[in-house]
Amino acid sequence: MTDSETRFEERLLAALPADADYASARHVVERGSRLEVRNGVVEPSSTAHDEGVMFSVWTGAGAGYAATSDLSDEGLARAVEQARGWAATTAGRTVIDSPPFLHTVGEYASPVTDSFDSLSLADQVALLVEADAVLGGHARIVDRSASLVRHDIGSLLLTNGGGRVAQEIRQVFPDLRATANEGSNTQNRTYGAGTLAGQGGAEVLARHGFRDAAERIAAEAVALLDAPNCPTGTMDLILAPDQMALQIHESIGHPLELDRILGDERNYAGTSFVTREMFGSYQYGSELLNVTFDPTVPGQMASYGFDDDGTPAERTYLIKDGVLQQPMGGTISQARSGMAGVANSRASSWNRAPIDRMANLNVEPGGSTIDELIAGVEHGVLMETNVSWSIDDSRNKFQFGAELGRVIENGEVKHIVRNPNYRGISATFWRNLSGVADDFTVMAVGNCGKGEPNQVIRVGHASPHCRFSNVEVFGGEQ
Amino acid sequence: MRAESARHYLDELVNWASARLTGEEVLLAHFSGEDSDFVRFNHATVRQAGTVSQRSISIDLIDGRRHAEGSVSLTGVVDIDHHRVTQLMSDLREQRAVLPDDPYLLYSTASDSSERLVDGQAPLSADAIDAVVSGADGSDLVGIYAAGRSFRGFASSLGQRNWFAAGSFNLDWSLHHHDDKATKNAYAGLAWDPDALATKLAWSRRELDVLGRAPRNLPPGGYRSYLSPAALREIMDMLSWGGFSLRSHRTKQTPLLRMVTEGARLHPSVSISEDIAGGVAPDFQAAGFTRPDSVSLIDGGQFAGHLVSPRSAQEYGVETNGADDHEFPTAIAMAPGLLPTDDVLRELGTGLYIGNLWYLNFSDRSACRTTGMTRFGTFWVEDGEIVAPIEVLRFDDTAFHLLGDRLVGLTDTAETILDPSTYEQRSTESLRLPGALVEEMTFTL
Repeated sequence: MTDSETRFEERLLAALPADADYASARHVVERGSRLEVRNGVVEPSSTAHDEGVMFSVWTGAGAGYAATSDLSDEGLARAVEQARGWAATTAGRTVIDSPPFLHTVGEYASPVTDSFDSLSLADQVALLVEADAVLGGHARIVDRSASLVRHDIGSLLLTNGGGRVAQEIRQVFPDLRATANEGSNTQNRTYGAGTLAGQGGAEVLARHGFRDAAERIAAEAVALLDAPNCPTGTMDLILAPDQMALQIHESIGHPLELDRILGDERNYAGTSFVTREMFGSYQYGSELLNVTFDPTVPGQMASYGFDDDGTPAERTYLIKDGVLQQPMGGTISQARSGMAGVANSRASSWNRAPIDRMANLNVEPGGSTIDELIAGVEHGVLMETNVSWSIDDSRNKFQFGAELGRVIENGEVKHIVRNPNYRGISATFWRNLSGVADDFTVMAVGNCGKGEPNQVIRVGHASPHCRFSNVEVFGGEQ
Repeated sequence: MRAESARHYLDELVNWASARLTGEEVLLAHFSGEDSDFVRFNHATVRQAGTVSQRSISIDLIDGRRHAEGSVSLTGVVDIDHHRVTQLMSDLREQRAVLPDDPYLLYSTASDSSERLVDGQAPLSADAIDAVVSGADGSDLVGIYAAGRSFRGFASSLGQRNWFAAGSFNLDWSLHHHDDKATKNAYAGLAWDPDALATKLAWSRRELDVLGRAPRNLPPGGYRSYLSPAALREIMDMLSWGGFSLRSHRTKQTPLLRMVTEGARLHPSVSISEDIAGGVAPDFQAAGFTRPDSVSLIDGGQFAGHLVSPRSAQEYGVETNGADDHEFPTAIAMAPGLLPTDDVLRELGTGLYIGNLWYLNFSDRSACRTTGMTRFGTFWVEDGEIVAPIEVLRFDDTAFHLLGDRLVGLTDTAETILDPSTYEQRSTESLRLPGALVEEMTFTL
């Protein structure tokens, strides 16, 4: 820690009110960069340095926060007084009247084997120019891009009871996109729709073959122009991991967020078909379904040592052998509900208060090979890479679309199809899980929106290929 | 740095930075800030309450056709902010040296300075909490109160200055009867009137009576439907996702592709514009271009014009009309029609009154086919009378039907919707929309 960082930490500690029932200062500094090459043109590079602090004060059965980018002594003092003011204003009319937090001490840092800084800007430009050129290698490609985004996030949580949690997160988002067109038919292929990202440094690029993916992506975008529409009917469906990520996110992740179950999100992100009584007995899926909340997976997007309330993170089964075990609820939701939870109280940055979020939410691998999953399909479709997502506010009736489908007949993959979609109901869909492969792709979703005021957060998902029976599948307009 | 000094602070900071330019460098600065109170409610009690004060500046440092962009949070401490901007400019110069010429660079070189002040006065938040809790009157209210001042500014080393400041409040809530049976409303504006809020809350409470009736579980199929302005807003948001962007059109990714490739049309009564003069958004963008009062996008059902960012203007050889880089409308307006607003239930007859739609996405983007869910305040209507709420339904249909060959009419009044979105900062976007009566809307689940 530098001298200036030490002095700043001392100033934050000095600003914390010692007489409050609980008080915290959560300082976040996020540095990001973005570089993109589009249609042979290097777009202007962009960098960002976002920094501020949120003070939270609990006193006299009230609670409030104040967040500011003004880090002067006056700015910090003003924020503390504002937070105190909110605590006084809300006293006696909040959903919880005493602070349930720990005063945790700990540190965490993303594992990095090859610093992203080992890639100079010139190296990044050369890499993206080459990838973009490969993406443009087909006559019917009308738009394409290659990009690299990084986020370095440092956070420091200090409490008036001696808590101190320092975390350093390193995230990398590589992406490739190709758009092919003929007449009124436009088709897109991407590098996993942004899911092939994670924590780490330059090694993130190698995890999913970023350097070699452009040719396949462009060729598939063009091939989709000539592919038939996805067939319509009730059939078996195999979802590749980069479609499973979205399926997990929307129809397992969000329904199991405890703040939804407690009603906090009913005006915006929605409620949940899951109720408190279901935990411990509800058959969420077939016995092949095992789901973990696991912020400990090295390199996964939402790995961390502690959530933003300072709760230590650990791997937890949410669904075991298809049976619902426990929700995703942070310290406050646990206190409100009397239920066990996990360390998932997360904020998008210093200017938003923590709420219940997903971190890494993973479907555990099964015992079949991918070939065995396919061999078990008489008539069905394999779908890859999410392109469309829509689900009701109780997280039950859903309809999802993928970039590319592959028809399966009599246990063999045949031709590709365009505009593949499927719809179903969460409460029954997972019970039709008929096969789980033994692969395990570690991925991310970088744009999970929730909360009032609104927050976008980055989460992780990992999954094998999975097979579902009796799914309503269909294509686009002819 | 207090709110009233933000403009002066930006001016001084850009003057200071401009004095440190070298050679023929040009500096473009875009400032963003707000002082906002947020109070979140669940069960008509406070879930979270707090204040956010934030300032940041984005700088585009240009030398010829080479440039690099970066943003940094401002602390309000002059020495620290000077250090941060100095560091940012140094980093941008290093990056710029590596980057090739940008053929699509375009920025304002005019002295097109402007000022737009939207003066409003939010109440003390303690008073707002009192009004909400008492107005809920024991009902299960969930929602968000957001209020305060927002700022946007543009300043360049060429001397241009643009400033936007708005003070406003936005209370967005739903009242819940049971499960997902709820009604939704909002009270937003510039001048807080406790009586107006009480009236709206009382209206919401009366709607709860209907929500207590046994819900209809309708099978998939086609239903005559009325889309309220709030429901139509969700359709418009999907059309806005590339529908009017020049770049999306030229790269064939627009959901309105069939309008330009096959001559598809919407209903002749549909006219849509980007109505900056009628909205509450800044009238300038990050490269310093000002926006015209209005841009016609759809006229009489036919495609009329694009939103053109400076980069797209340079790339495709047309004039910019001051759109942001993403070419998304900020103050979209649909012209009202002839359907008497007070008679929508009678005009609907038997069918669905849809108060809100939710979570829309494209099921076939090229065909503008969209799926989504019904949500708050949606009822089954028979012979012009509301009968019961419904269990949520999924629709899957195209705008070419909903606002095209199956559109019966648009209401004769349009409603202003101030966007309650607060991702990263409080939105300054708005919409002005009528309701729409549709002969048949396709529901699939």
